Order: sequence, then structure tokens, then C-alpha cells
Amino acid sequence: MTEGVGMKLLCGSLVLRLLAKARGEMTSTPERTRLPTGPTQASCGVNPARWWIAIGIAVTLQTSLIGQVPTVAPSTLVHAPTIQPPPSGEIEVLPIRGNIYALLGAGANIVASVGPDGVMLVDAGTAPMSDKVIAALAEVQRDWSARNEPKPLGWGAETRSSVVNRHIVAPPKPIRYIVNTSPSADHVGGNEKLRNAGRTFTGGNVAGDIRDSGEGAAILAHENVLSRLGKAAEGQPAPPADALPTDTYFNEYYKLSHFFNGEGVQLLHMPKANTDGDSIVYFRGSDVIALGDLMATESYPVFDVEKGGSIDGIIDGLNAVLDLAISEFRLEGGTMMVPGHGRIVDSGDVAYYRDMLTIIRDRVKDMVTKEMTLDEVKAARPTADYDTEYGKTPGWTSDQFIEAVYKSLGGGRTPPRAPARQRK
Amino acid sequence: MTDAVHVGRIVALLLAVLAISRPASAQIDLSGEWTVVRAEDNVGNTELGDWVGIPMNEASRLRSTAWDASIQTLPEWQCRPHGSAYISRGPSALKIWKEVDPVSRETTAWHLEWLRSVDRPIYMDGRPHPSPNAAHTWAGFSTGEWVGDMLRVRVTHLKEEYLKRNGVWHSDKIELTQYLIRRGDYLTYLVIAYDPVYLSEPLVRSTEYRLNVNQQIPPYPCTVVNEVDRPKGVVPHYLPGTNNDITWFSHRYGIPMDVVTAGAANMYPEIRAKIPRSMGGFGPEPPPAPPAAQPRTQRPAPRAGQQQ
Repeated sequence: MTEGVGMKLLCGSLVLRLLAKARGEMTSTPERTRLPTGPTQASCGVNPARWWIAIGIAVTLQTSLIGQVPTVAPSTLVHAPTIQPPPSGEIEVLPIRGNIYALLGAGANIVASVGPDGVMLVDAGTAPMSDKVIAALAEVQRDWSARNEPKPLGWGAETRSSVVNRHIVAPPKPIRYIVNTSPSADHVGGNEKLRNAGRTFTGGNVAGDIRDSGEGAAILAHENVLSRLGKAAEGQPAPPADALPTDTYFNEYYKLSHFFNGEGVQLLHMPKANTDGDSIVYFRGSDVIALGDLMATESYPVFDVEKGGSIDGIIDGLNAVLDLAISEFRLEGGTMMVPGHGRIVDSGDVAYYRDMLTIIRDRVKDMVTKEMTLDEVKAARPTADYDTEYGKTPGWTSDQFIEAVYKSLGGGRTPPRAPARQRK
Repeated sequence: MTDAVHVGRIVALLLAVLAISRPASAQIDLSGEWTVVRAEDNVGNTELGDWVGIPMNEASRLRSTAWDASIQTLPEWQCRPHGSAYISRGPSALKIWKEVDPVSRETTAWHLEWLRSVDRPIYMDGRPHPSPNAAHTWAGFSTGEWVGDMLRVRVTHLKEEYLKRNGVWHSDKIELTQYLIRRGDYLTYLVIAYDPVYLSEPLVRSTEYRLNVNQQIPPYPCTVVNEVDRPKGVVPHYLPGTNNDITWFSHRYGIPMDVVTAGAANMYPEIRAKIPRSMGGFGPEPPPAPPAAQPRTQRPAPRAGQQQ
């Protein structure tokens, strides 16, 4: 084994070194020590066959590797293109499964159920993006209609014509429901415009045109979302009534009272998560969950302790999601999920995110138990191993996240320590 | 041997190879059952704290220090397959077959499958990689192209996974460039990993396979059970400063910890200047460790979520 370790250390990257030498890149690692003579040569140089095999592979590869430098930038030599997401300010549409689509780029991610019953949206994005959301939905509905065009009967020609449609697509069905998973502006900003672009079918006795009895789309949310949105910020005008939830729930969950686009839809309250009013939305037939801000693939979860959010509530929510989800195979596929921000995920991604938050929570909790101050906790960098991936989001830095975790775990509530006290 | 001689040999061989090389459109059949050629890198399990040969950055070392093997007992991770960045590091057999367009008879995809993996298609039909916002998988999304007789593969959309099964991770931002090089009954499988989150340099690893016409890859069933009775929500890990296991490899083989934790530097021969002569290096012998400093003889440190 000793020899194995030595050979691993010495020869493990011989091919790369030879290539680097050929390209003059060895200077990229500063102040390399010159190899001592003797045993080094004996270990790696005395076996000509191994040396020449390494050379052969190096030469064979060099035509394809040349130009690569020892950085972590991916190779540019494989020519397969990548579909690029649209530029900022545009909407990207990704089909998830069945009737369910994700619209990315309008603030928080929007999940849309599109079908013969109309459109249900989970979250509304920001207000300035509403027109583009409406345009994207029209495109999605055309796509859905084209994919679900009625098949010609193939019989009954005496009374039915197979060319009656003439490839004219029916007009889009209305937006009927908007679900707000959170009171955050990037989730509810588009409420007013999208609601007014939609329609609720009302009952009662109607005279004249039945369409006159309609009103905009219904907005569903936990009642704490309505409570928070209904309060005008100090010095600000009250929000318009059409921007507020029209139907709320206050229990553990809310079930839509009927199938929509062929499936049941369930809103599940995530108490004390990002705020005190968060919901996830489960499309039970398509097996898709809209996670809201429980998860973001490019940042730590944004939560507001002042509005009832907590790190424990977020972790509990992610564990509840994992209990609900069933993978197709080994934490891949099966129940697909759309986070509030970032890419499409499944159980494996959620489990990794849950692990990360639990580990960070445990670290900060340990520091709170030791009565460390917030500054001391920040200086200890309890998120350092995850910051490269999650800690660079403008407006929600690692320090802001650590502060929120610290406060939600009760940090700083105990009186300051006496200066002379010795901590273990 | 001097650097100049090294470079001279490379240049001479390069010219020779270029002179006799085939056109870039040449292809070779990779189909078959391939048995891994056993080497020190693909037998047995990686030891705790063996971080040599991986260009780990500081974030990677911190994360690996927190890793507790008991996390594998969580229901979510009991049946986790190996990802594309790691799968060839194990002793698993490999099956390769090709998908052919029945009209043009062109190879539209190669399919690779190991014991502990799902089918991994490598598309050859020119399709693009999906949007970065599309879902990631254990196998990732692969496209290939021929470079002479080598199949060059680009892999994106991978899930977060391990580079070594002892808590050395790569992120979901990783991209792989792979080369499949067949020489008669032997196949060289080269993986170059680029991870901007946890690697400071590309990681280059290769595996040899030998054709084995009698091979059958068996099924790999896996059933999740409750392995450990623990409170809901516990994720096993070590709090900072409590993991004694990370010195296990260093103590066992006499490799100083500053070599083990050197990151990219421990991929290069110069690191031997820090390894004791008795361990095959050129560095001084370490002072004998006091018995109490030996890991495994100590009472294990309490893990997060455990009662002290």
C-alpha cells in the first residue's frame, strides 16, 4: 500500500503534467520544487513501458486537449451546443409533465397548469413582467392545443367532416386561478394584472350576457398572505383590492373542490417557513410540486424572521416534501418539483438541499448554545463550504442568511456575557 | 531526465502520430461487455481522510471534514447510484451498445451501463444540451463526437455527487469531458472533471477495461429500509473540530496531514518532498505519535444530533 500511495501521488497525473509541460503551463503552479534525483526516477522513470504508455496517451490526447488550461472552466472543445436561457427580462418556458409548465424569468418561478379547464398559475411573478407572462401563457396554450388537437373521427362522414377545424386553434382559455405561495413581491407582484386578464365563473341568476357576471381570476393563498398583503406599508397607499387573495385557508391544507385539467390540486401550508403564510402546491395527477421559496437552487432560502419565518420551519417543510415525493428510481425523476427560484429539481436535489440546511442549522445552533454573538458566528463562517454555490446572490448574502438563522434559533436573546467570563 | 528531454520526446512522438493519424471522421465500434482492469484505484473502499489526488479547494475540504459515513443510512441515500463523475472508479463491469437509425444506419447514440448506474445515452445526432434550468440527473446529459478513433463526450446536468466515497464532493455545476479510446480488446476511459465550486483545477482520472464476451451485468436491486432508529430530521455530520476520522489515512500511512490536505498540489510529484522517506517520499521522518493521538483508540466524538 505504501508503494501504492507513492505511485498514486507521483504518477497519478503524469499524463496531465506531460501535456502541461508540452504547452508550457507548468508555471501556473508557482514555485514548484525541482524533483530530487534518485528514488523519484526509480519510482516513475525506471519502468520504460509505463513511461512510454503515458507518453503515448499524452500524445494521443494532445490534439484534443491542447488549449485547455488547468482551470475549472469547462472544456470548450466539445462542440455540442447548449440551449441558452433567454436574456434577463424574458420568459423561459419549460414543460414539466402533462399539463404542467414552468415559466422562469418573471421574478419567482411560475408554475402553470394549462388545459381544457383553463389556466391555473402558482405565483404571479413581478408586476412589470405581467404582460410577458400573459404572452408566454398564450404561446403555451397554443402549444398545448396543437399537441392535444382532436383526432379526426374517421367515420360518420355523412354528418361529420374531418377538415372542419382547418388548423385554426381555438382561442386561449382564461386564467382561472392564481395561487400565492408567499406574500413576497416577486410572487404576488403580478396578481392584479393576471387576475384581471383571467376569469372566475360565478353562479346565481344572470340576466343578459352570462359573461357579464364574470370577474377576474380567483387568487388562493394561506390567510396570513392576505393579512400581510392587506396591511399597507407605512407611508404607502393600500394595495388595490384586485391584487389581494380572494380565497384563503387557515388549516393545514386546502384542496381545490374539483379536478382542474384532469387532476386534483392541493395547497399545503408550510408553517414558519419563509414566512408564516407559505404554501406548496401539489398537482396530484401530474405528480408535480411547486415548492415556492422553500428551495432555491442558486441561493440559500430567503426567510424573514419578523414575518414568522424560521430555519426549522424550512427544514421541516423540505422533509415534508421528501415524505410526499416518490422517485422514479433512486431519488431521480418521479415527483418533479419547481423551486421558487432556479432550475427544475427532484427528490435528490431536495435531499441535498435539506442536508445542507440541516448541517448549517446544527452548526449555528451549537454556536448559539455556546452563547456566541452574531459577529462571532459570522466570523466562524458556518456556511463556508456552501458559499461558493449559494452565498453569492445579490440581496441575500451569506451574512444575511447566517443572521436570519441565528435569530430564528434564538441567538442574541440572552444577555451579553460579562467581559471576564471564560468560555470553553 | 530533464524537462527538455521530456518535451523533446513528446514533440517527436506528436509529429509521428500526426503523420500517420487517420482523419477526424474515423469511428470505431465500442460495443461490448467490458470488465474493469483492477488497479489500486478501483478495488476496495476509499479510506477515511484519503483526499490525495483530488484538487480540492478550501470549501471542499471543509465539507469533507463534516462528512459522516452514517449519512448513507438515511432513507434518501441508501440506494443512491454512482454519478458519471465517479462510476468508473469502482470495480463495476461496463456494457456499451449502440443505437442505430434504421434508415441511415448511422449511430445516433451510444449507451453505457454499469452495475450501479442507470442507462446513460451519449447522443451522436447533434442535439443540443438542455437549458441550464432543466433537471439534473445522476448520469447527466451527454453528447459525443469522434476525434480520430477517440469518442469525445461532453457531460452536463449532473446532480451533486461524490468524487470519492469518503465525503469528497462535486457540485451540480460540474461538467465532464470524457474520452473513450479503444485499442483492440482494451478500452481506456478518461474523465476530466471541471467543477467551479469544489475543484481548484481539473481532475483527470482514467480507468482501463478489457473486453469480456462472457460477461453479464446482473440486476442491482435496492430496497430502502429504516436502518437506524433516530429522530426525524437528523442528518448525520460532524460539527467543526469534532471529526477525528479525517486523520485516519494520514496516521495509517504516515502521510503528513498537510500533504493530504494540500489540494491540487498533492497531484504533482513535488509533493514527495513532504512525504517521509519511509513512505516513498523525500521528506523527514515524523516524530513518533503519542499513543493517545492515534484515531480509533479514542472515544468517538459526539456527532450532530447525538446525545453526549
